[in-house]
Amino acid sequence: MVIVMGMEGSANKVGVGIIKDGEVLSNPRKTYITPPGEGFQPAETARHHQGVIIELVDKAIKEAKIKPEELDVICYTKGPGMGAPLVVVAIVARTLAQLWNKPIIGVNHCIGHIEMGRAITGAQNPTVLYVSGGNTQIIAYANKRYRIFGETIDIAVGNCLDRFARILKLSNDPSPGYNIEQMAKKGKKLLQLPYVVKGMDVSFSGLLSFIEERYNSLKKQYTPEDLCFSLQETVFAMLVETTERAMAHTGSQEVLVVGGVGCNERLQKMLEQMCLERNAKCFATDERFCIDNGAMIAQAGLEMFNAGVRTPWEETFCTQRYRTDDVEAVWRTD
Amino acid sequence: MDSNVNHASAVTVNQQLFKQGAEARLFTGSFFGRKTIVKERFSKKYRHPELDERLTKERMRAELKGLMRCKNIGIWTPAVYFVGSKSNTVHMELLENVDTVNIYIGKLLMGCVDGSCDVQCTNKLKQLAEEVGITVGKMHLAGIIHGDLTTSNILIDTTNVENESTKPKLALIDFGLSHVDNSAEDKGVDLYVLERALTSTFSNIPWFFDIVLTSYRGTYTSGGEEVFKKLEEIRLRGRKRTMIG
Repeated sequence: MVIVMGMEGSANKVGVGIIKDGEVLSNPRKTYITPPGEGFQPAETARHHQGVIIELVDKAIKEAKIKPEELDVICYTKGPGMGAPLVVVAIVARTLAQLWNKPIIGVNHCIGHIEMGRAITGAQNPTVLYVSGGNTQIIAYANKRYRIFGETIDIAVGNCLDRFARILKLSNDPSPGYNIEQMAKKGKKLLQLPYVVKGMDVSFSGLLSFIEERYNSLKKQYTPEDLCFSLQETVFAMLVETTERAMAHTGSQEVLVVGGVGCNERLQKMLEQMCLERNAKCFATDERFCIDNGAMIAQAGLEMFNAGVRTPWEETFCTQRYRTDDVEAVWRTD
Repeated sequence: MDSNVNHASAVTVNQQLFKQGAEARLFTGSFFGRKTIVKERFSKKYRHPELDERLTKERMRAELKGLMRCKNIGIWTPAVYFVGSKSNTVHMELLENVDTVNIYIGKLLMGCVDGSCDVQCTNKLKQLAEEVGITVGKMHLAGIIHGDLTTSNILIDTTNVENESTKPKLALIDFGLSHVDNSAEDKGVDLYVLERALTSTFSNIPWFFDIVLTSYRGTYTSGGEEVFKKLEEIRLRGRKRTMIG
């Protein structure tokens, strides 16, 4: 029986999760929400995390009904992410590991998403579509690594959605993507937007500047709902197309969608439709696990812990740039 | 090319489903006695109908232009027999006795122990890599961007492949994302897509792509250097981008 605490805070969410042999005992989380029209800055986000992380640790332990001494290991997000918020979490994780005399493991954030998704859905060896505010990657496992088959060649899809929401001055509560999704449900008229797919890669920056440059004239012909609708239909079609391409290339019959944008129901529906047409299975999780959380770091950490991984003390730093394919997936035996 | 034929796909008879790809079905059949592949682009239900229609038409056009431009400059591509513009079908020559380069490399490596090649296998791979570089170089020299240059879209003639003295004969297919552009950027992306298709599936022969690049530069002498610089940039874009969330 292994009990793991995982701590995450690489962007504007901060969370602490406790997992016992794959069962989530607790997973509280807080989000730093900025006013409409504004994104989150590293310094302010870090200050927010500092203010709430200790109460989150307390809450996680109480809800899990365990004592700190029962923990086997403490895991934290080593990267990728925003520097200042990452440091906050790493400092708390290192302090707790010393206080409670526990081993510590630094976890790759992207791997956290993948392993949590696999654990929750039971997907065995899926092609992974990882879509969030900072990442857009199509990943498949081969020879002990999660390999990146396709990715964005400029900005992440979530970043594109967030910045679009800022142009429209949509609320950031609970998240800009959620508000776009709700408005898109009422949209009808499709605006023709740049659709950029290059092999298995996608690009969103041209689409975003297209809207930025023309917004004042566009809003005379299209309602904000139409624009949200057109944006979703276009960018999600690009993602589903490249995911399918990767599946065709690898011969995979499973798809798993993870990351904050992955809880968008329209995207999930489009993926399901694509899978239906090629007799594949589609796996998705809801906002509790799609959006950054502590349990996902605990879950990946659990796999690593069981495979004998420990992070030596002098390597318990964090890094803003940390590729998914940099990590050797020693815990996977296939 | 007759746009008035409604059931254009019927001009090829004895159609049998051959392969279902991501966005097209391939049927084999016979077009006035010739062995034929019918490539039917079907609508993708997950896409908005307007977007779907627009993409299907764009890609049909791109495919035809790409196939013909390449043939004009001496790259082996299937001959186009007929186009059904209402049924979204392209009827073209069936290339026989071919493997995709992806499958062919896999077969070669399968014959080796622990993925390490013996001399014969290495020589074949080297010859293949050289020919891939020459073919792509020729295409780029003519300003043609493939747009989806994976190892699944390069075919190799397997009839004479056992003979070491003959060069491998390669064909290019799947021009749905192709366009004409003389920018080093798009050519660099073509090479990057090819590199990733190779390294993600065959990580144990990293030298293969180096040979591709050397022979590419040998063929595309006027602009190869510039494309290499772009390729470096594109690689960095992928690897060093800040990634958060």
